[in-house]
Amino acid sequence: MILTIAVKELRALFASPLAWIILTLTQLIVSYGFLQRIDNFVELQPQLAEIPNPPGVTALVVTPVYLTIADILLFTVPLLAMRLIAEERRNQTMVMLMSAPLSMIDIVLGKFCGLMLFLLLAVGIVTLMPFALLLGGHLDFGLLASLLLGIMLLAASFAAVGLYASTLTAQPIIAALIGFGLLLLMLLVGETAADGLRDRGWPVPAALAQVLSPLKNFIDTFARGVFDSSCVACSLLLTVAFLVLAIRRLDAARLGD
Amino acid sequence: MRASDIVAQCCDDATIMTAPTPDITVSAQGLSRNFGARQAVNAISLELKRGEILGLLGPNGAGKTTTMQMLTGNLAPHGGVIRICGIDLIEQPTIAKAHLGYLPEHPPLYREMTVREYLDLAAQLHRVAMPRRRTAVAEAIERCGLAGVASRLIGALSKGFQQRAGIAQAIVHAPDVVILDEPTVGLDPNQIREIRSLIRELGQNYSVVLSTHILPEVEGVCDRVQIMHHGNTVFSDTIAGLKQFHSGRSVLLGLRQPPEISVLSAIAGVARAEPVSANIFRIGFADDSDPTDALVRHAVDNRWGLTQLTPAQTTIEDVFVQLTRTEDA
Repeated sequence: MILTIAVKELRALFASPLAWIILTLTQLIVSYGFLQRIDNFVELQPQLAEIPNPPGVTALVVTPVYLTIADILLFTVPLLAMRLIAEERRNQTMVMLMSAPLSMIDIVLGKFCGLMLFLLLAVGIVTLMPFALLLGGHLDFGLLASLLLGIMLLAASFAAVGLYASTLTAQPIIAALIGFGLLLLMLLVGETAADGLRDRGWPVPAALAQVLSPLKNFIDTFARGVFDSSCVACSLLLTVAFLVLAIRRLDAARLGD
Repeated sequence: MRASDIVAQCCDDATIMTAPTPDITVSAQGLSRNFGARQAVNAISLELKRGEILGLLGPNGAGKTTTMQMLTGNLAPHGGVIRICGIDLIEQPTIAKAHLGYLPEHPPLYREMTVREYLDLAAQLHRVAMPRRRTAVAEAIERCGLAGVASRLIGALSKGFQQRAGIAQAIVHAPDVVILDEPTVGLDPNQIREIRSLIRELGQNYSVVLSTHILPEVEGVCDRVQIMHHGNTVFSDTIAGLKQFHSGRSVLLGLRQPPEISVLSAIAGVARAEPVSANIFRIGFADDSDPTDALVRHAVDNRWGLTQLTPAQTTIEDVFVQLTRTEDA
């Protein structure tokens, strides 16, 4: 049942120009940065050879690719997620899902999985670029795996926030604004709060701030090739929390309160 | 011997398996719902048997749509119990909803899908598994007369076909109960006739609840009618019962040179006389009397110029207006 809805969402995404435009722009922006990095790397190579333990091509070229993707996700996920519930409400098609023998959990997870499939596809296409480097060199597969895991966890938490925003309104564009606003706010909290709180010796608020800042978690750990299970837990916790909020929101709409 | 016995045995097993299909498909007791301070639906009860078409009738804002939203689990009632085929809709919503098909006021259509894709999705959402699903979709297309447009995008179809797609979506999984909220609204007269005959056909296999404010629709299609007003049931009976309701007995009397009204009402056996137009009067009979003969005699003797004498029929419209207007006063 979840799969049925996920496939429906994926098809609806590709039926609109939005998905294609986002895929194209992501590819253009990321490949421009990628080529520039390779250029720099080739130029710097003689100097790098003189350093005793030089950073490899993965850290210098591939990591920035995923940092760029993380930034792009911040802008695009709210746009991709905005229509998930809001548009069904606006077109009055939500009734069909509500009258079908489905639970709210099925509906929310189905929609979330549909969006995640799309994001997986988007990240997958971009990942072909680093693999192209194998033609002329070696890759640090450990770092690459960490980057991929981190970016998907990041995408999942962004998608959950966007989905929740979409349950708040019947206007997709308003949903996108709310989603983007929430993500920016979380980014801000991550930038400042987590480290500050920890320095002052308040571990619990610091941990909360860390949960709320998936982008910072990604940059600090996964992007450096560090697999930190607490960061994995933080991302999953954030994702689940917003999915639960979305489910509760839909239940409340049925109660009409 | 044995082959036929085995077949009989199998059939018995099959009937045992499917036998406990309860006769009462929808049962709602004391449904209530308010929006803020406004009581939209107030202690409505309704019951429906298999193969019955119930018309839910009422002026705009009577609470028909709210009632239907509650019956289909789209809106949680604030009070009351709903059972669909004996299953509590509030306690076990996913099981109960499997027996339901719902066409809301605004058909829930995905405009970017073709009719066939859309019906396939509807069947999937109602857990119709694959080998059965293909035939179910084909049947729904056939029944709703969508064969010619099955591969076209829903967004490009005319309103009539969109409405049919909406109905097809409600019946594709062969539910026990079909709930249709104003299914003929916005259609042209030919389309209305087609949709009505489709609904009559559905009524043979399913229980159908139909809401409308178009009165002839109820007379033409439904077995029973329930009239709602301000969230209350003001009338609930069969169509035949409806026609008898408040009918009393009366005739329409047409006179070329009518006398004073008081002269007419003075005739023995006439309970009341009221003018319908300048020359036509509605004459109500007193209990246990039939002054028709006397009316004719008076008309001839006094040269009133009798032009018309017809039994007045109580239409559903009379009853509707009577029931829904009195409470406004």
